[in-house]
Amino acid sequence: MRPVYMVSGGVSKFVKARPDATFQKMVKEAFDYAFDDVPKLTREMIDGSVASYFSDHFTRQLMAGIMATDYLGLCPKPNKRVEGGGATGGLSFQAGWEAVASGRMNCCVVFGFETMSRVQTWKGNEFIAHASDTNFDYPVGGFYSGYYAMMVNRHMHEFGTTVEQMAMVSVKNHMNACYNPYAQKRRKLTIQDVRNAEMVAYPLTLLDICVMSDGAAVCILTDEKTAFRLTDRPVRISGVGTGTDFMRFADRPHGKVILAPNEKESDYRNLKYPGVHSFRAGRSAGLQAYRMAGIRNPIKEIDFVELHDAYTSSEIQTYEDLALCRYGEGGKFVEEGHPFLPRIDYGLKLRKRGTIPINFSGGLIACGHPVGATGLMQAVFAFWQIQRKIQKHFGSGELQLAKADRGLIHSHAGTGTYVTVSILERGW
Amino acid sequence: MAKKRSGTTRPPAYNRNAKLEEVMTGTTVFNVPFPKDLSSLKGMSPIVIKHPYSIDYLHSYGQDSPFFAGLANRKLLGTRCGGCKYTYATPRLHCANCGAETDWVELPLEGRVHTFTTCYYGSEEFLKDTPFHLILVEFDGADTLLLTRLIGVDRPEDIRIGMKVKAKFRRNSQLKPTDVYFVPG
Repeated sequence: MRPVYMVSGGVSKFVKARPDATFQKMVKEAFDYAFDDVPKLTREMIDGSVASYFSDHFTRQLMAGIMATDYLGLCPKPNKRVEGGGATGGLSFQAGWEAVASGRMNCCVVFGFETMSRVQTWKGNEFIAHASDTNFDYPVGGFYSGYYAMMVNRHMHEFGTTVEQMAMVSVKNHMNACYNPYAQKRRKLTIQDVRNAEMVAYPLTLLDICVMSDGAAVCILTDEKTAFRLTDRPVRISGVGTGTDFMRFADRPHGKVILAPNEKESDYRNLKYPGVHSFRAGRSAGLQAYRMAGIRNPIKEIDFVELHDAYTSSEIQTYEDLALCRYGEGGKFVEEGHPFLPRIDYGLKLRKRGTIPINFSGGLIACGHPVGATGLMQAVFAFWQIQRKIQKHFGSGELQLAKADRGLIHSHAGTGTYVTVSILERGW
Repeated sequence: MAKKRSGTTRPPAYNRNAKLEEVMTGTTVFNVPFPKDLSSLKGMSPIVIKHPYSIDYLHSYGQDSPFFAGLANRKLLGTRCGGCKYTYATPRLHCANCGAETDWVELPLEGRVHTFTTCYYGSEEFLKDTPFHLILVEFDGADTLLLTRLIGVDRPEDIRIGMKVKAKFRRNSQLKPTDVYFVPG
């Protein structure tokens, strides 16, 4: 396998609705931004592309991938669509990585989008719920917020996680987004605001849950030689991992914890794993990526994380899956302040802030979640962070971290069925 | 009648984020204005049309069909692997552990709440049911869980993990997994 680099990225502003543009036009905006950011890149150098979008229901257009490809002028070069629910973006990013790592392409464009505004929110939830077993799960519950609420109720039961700890995730991500012009929801909130918001699925309120968006994102990946020809600050993709689990979360096993290098069996004597409280796919993806990148102690060796916080609860669960803390300590991890940015005022008392900034961009909760674009959006924000170019792209430098040589991006689908983890690091 | 003003009046509660819910109804339009100058077309507002989208789909339960036939006959069925004895409370015809074909077995009609939620919103199809409680049930002798609805409880605060629940069946089967539901045991 050859080393693979990210050389550019672009994101369309995520908003509730973009009736002014079809998906092709949104992808074109993100593509042009990425293309123009590396002036030495020519269209001839692009060998092919990957299309990332989740739902044919939302698009009401089959083969939308080729329509975006032809709009970008990338025919007759190779293209394929990759789909895996909420993790579609992360899976597509890794498909682009595979195309370059294998030597099939020297330069691969990965583009993603979703147009979710074409139906009302509750119809949109119905579409999304069709990504659960339509024999046994959809007809009973048919609501993803309900599924995640059940998972976190079990997490709270096992580990004592609190709704206030979850609310702190919401405060953090909405506050971070105030400095990210691409974000859809930029708000200064208190823990009380989150708890007082309308209850959607107990104990998750409206402010514990990400919103639907229209948006697009693009990543350009190349081999080493091309990367250094195009930019003096290429970002290397040093590790990739993908995990899976049963679609029906009722089917998940109750066995032994898959141990991270910094954990031992005696840490988890009485824990049945993953049950419905943890995401085994996330742990599996993380460990694969860590192994490839040579990471033994993630919290010490990774500078920041952009993770899939479709729910405040799943952010806390993911801290544990990624071995940033032990299983059961996710709530305490946020309460102590570890994932907060050191320089931003959240209006909270935090003892140990900035250990490992998580979702500096605002995450899905505040940026929005146009599914096929989301995992690529994370890659673009992480890429700009590592390049030290937040000021240039965000128009202000508040979110630029002092130490940002190595970041982790994490994409997650339906109750933890597909999870991807990719490690990005300074390549120059 | 005007209320008597008390000495300390409470400030009015304003919700500055209040907004009307968007609806899918609209006005039928047969024409739109058009400029003489084509160069101004790029500034035109988008045209949005309503497109009804409905289908009748023949959904086959396939190899899971005996589960639904069971519900219609007041039996709750799971499957058990003859090889490794792993028992699925949500049935599957092939064992995910060893790959062998499983056999149909009757599950006990009593179990415990493994976890729960109360949905105050839902997919459009289920909005009319809200609020409703969802639970995962654990059964003695089964290795996996069953997603189902709980009735007979008012508030989520009244549901406890570990509490006993028992199965009930609709008399008139709908051939849906909601033909079985649970009540406090």
